[in-house]
Amino acid sequence: MPICTYLEAIRDTLFDEMTRDERVIVLGEDVGQRGGVFGVTRGLQAAFGDQRVIDTPLAEVGIAGVAIGAAANGLRPVAEIQFADYIHPAFDQIVNEASRIRYRSNGVWGCPIVVRAPFGGGVHGGLYHSQSVEAYYCHVPGVKVVVPSTPADARGLLLAAIRDPDPVLYFEHKAAYRRIRGDVPAGHDAVPLGVAEVKRAGEHLTAITYGFAVHTCLEAAAAVEQEGISAAVLDLRTLLPLDREAILAAARQSGKIMVVHEDTRTGGLAGEIAATICEAAFEYLDAPILRVTGPDVPAMPFSQVLEAAFIPTAAQVAAAMRELARY
Amino acid sequence: MERQEPATQLIARPPEPNEPELSLTMYRTMLLSRVLDARMLALNRQGRVPFVVQCQGHEAAQVGMVSALRRGQDFFLLYYRDLAAALAIGVTPREVMLGVFARADDPSCGGRQMPEHFSDRRLRIFTGSSCVGTQIPHAAGIALAANIRGETDVACVSFGEGATSKGDFHEGVNFAAVHRLPVIFFCQNNGYAISERVDRQMAVRSVADRATAYGIPGVSVDGNDAIAVLHATREAAERARAGDGPTLIEARTYRLAPHTSDDDDRAYRSREEVDDWRRRDPIDRMRRYLEEQSLLDSAADEALRREVAEAVDDATRFAEQAAPPDPATLGRHVYAE
Repeated sequence: MPICTYLEAIRDTLFDEMTRDERVIVLGEDVGQRGGVFGVTRGLQAAFGDQRVIDTPLAEVGIAGVAIGAAANGLRPVAEIQFADYIHPAFDQIVNEASRIRYRSNGVWGCPIVVRAPFGGGVHGGLYHSQSVEAYYCHVPGVKVVVPSTPADARGLLLAAIRDPDPVLYFEHKAAYRRIRGDVPAGHDAVPLGVAEVKRAGEHLTAITYGFAVHTCLEAAAAVEQEGISAAVLDLRTLLPLDREAILAAARQSGKIMVVHEDTRTGGLAGEIAATICEAAFEYLDAPILRVTGPDVPAMPFSQVLEAAFIPTAAQVAAAMRELARY
Repeated sequence: MERQEPATQLIARPPEPNEPELSLTMYRTMLLSRVLDARMLALNRQGRVPFVVQCQGHEAAQVGMVSALRRGQDFFLLYYRDLAAALAIGVTPREVMLGVFARADDPSCGGRQMPEHFSDRRLRIFTGSSCVGTQIPHAAGIALAANIRGETDVACVSFGEGATSKGDFHEGVNFAAVHRLPVIFFCQNNGYAISERVDRQMAVRSVADRATAYGIPGVSVDGNDAIAVLHATREAAERARAGDGPTLIEARTYRLAPHTSDDDDRAYRSREEVDDWRRRDPIDRMRRYLEEQSLLDSAADEALRREVAEAVDDATRFAEQAAPPDPATLGRHVYAE
């Protein structure tokens, strides 16, 4: 799959890994016969049968809990929560159970599950099909949180997530599914978890970001380049554990940092990133750390006008880049 | 409004179990659990351990449940009241006490969890939390994996009746029912969720009645009759191994002690009620049964009680002297090492 969409990269990777490892199963609502509401799991049940690609009842606690049990008995379940907005009932299973299984058994049991969930807005999903939920789980030692931005990372991070011995939440951005295409070189293998990637090099400042906002930042960086501003874009890729070294390296390199995410501001990832820099690279800073984020409203409205007002735009990011460059 | 009769079958004790060795072993485990439980509470009252959960009264239900299954082969998912079940599966008194004192060598958790959160990979006891009912869907997942590989292992998950009001119960039982998974859902109905009587918890007469909503067999059994529980659980295991799916068992019993060492049950139940159930103590009942069968006399019973008391003394000494966890290990096992 040299050039493919973000969605195709996830689907093909599931197919490849299920072929390679018979312990891998997929379970979730509508994932079997229907192939998922977005088509991410299309064709898997035909290829691997209904014992390994399981249509579950509409019950998120059950989906997460069954995955935990199946993992305890030797499988590598990939559970799908149809929309990240519906992961909340499973919070207890993920936080109180999955994340603590290794710790509470003193290392005897593990919980190698992946929970995939489409998240984010920009597809007219309204309050309950647009949410960003990653920050809740970044407060939970014991799980890992992954957000790919490109087809190559979607593949590499999914392989790493399935092969990881601990629970991984894999949040895939819905707006990226068909809009983002990219090269996935043949044989592209696992991308290690916990390692950020510089998606664009730049001298004057760095935008630290993840998910679909990576593309917003790349667009903004291209726009300000003509004005003589050289902006780098650092894609975190894994949010827990954070690649603190890459974050600090960016701060030391340019001294000017902005953090961009679609998730709401208070308690979002940007705060943790800013604190990390302030603790360990304060003397390198030449400007305050800026945040460009979703606003502190409960969720993203359905109205096209309100939805557009919620999501950070390339123009807003470019404006912040100019402000930071001038400082 | 008239209430309907339970749509469930009450399992009676079979006429002739004729398994003298098993019956005696079950009795010994029940005794051991009772003496260990009493010691744990004494240690708490002496200020030597901060907290214990109590099992007294549940011994017949738990030992009957375990004795029907293949220890070390079938999976068990226990809850915090399952001391007698853990002993029946093969956890030793020393191991239990290591947990009570939160010692480094506690095999369940190395002192990380409250006592009686049993976990043992070798014995196929899956780790559980303090959350009520969250282990129920795990049992469905364990059975799903066994099914996919064509194995005949059963997952037996134990919980109180309070757990059956939770969504985890519904979602776990429903999943297992839809996929006809080899699970035994074993409910120990002691009539109280801490202070709440069962009529504040459910509008059905029996937990077993809930089974009809999932299209699976529900059976209610006298949980103070170890042999009847053994029989009911065996039937459920046979169905599970034959591919006929899960069974919901309600073992009706009574908690003779407060919920935990921190609870005061005088606030919610009368002494007359507790005394009435003490007269129906499952251990006395098992002893009478063994005497009727000429499997036990008072001399043998005395010898057994001495042996159990010595085992509990030994476990207490052993665990109290054992080392606590090293504070430097606080950050270990967050992720695989």
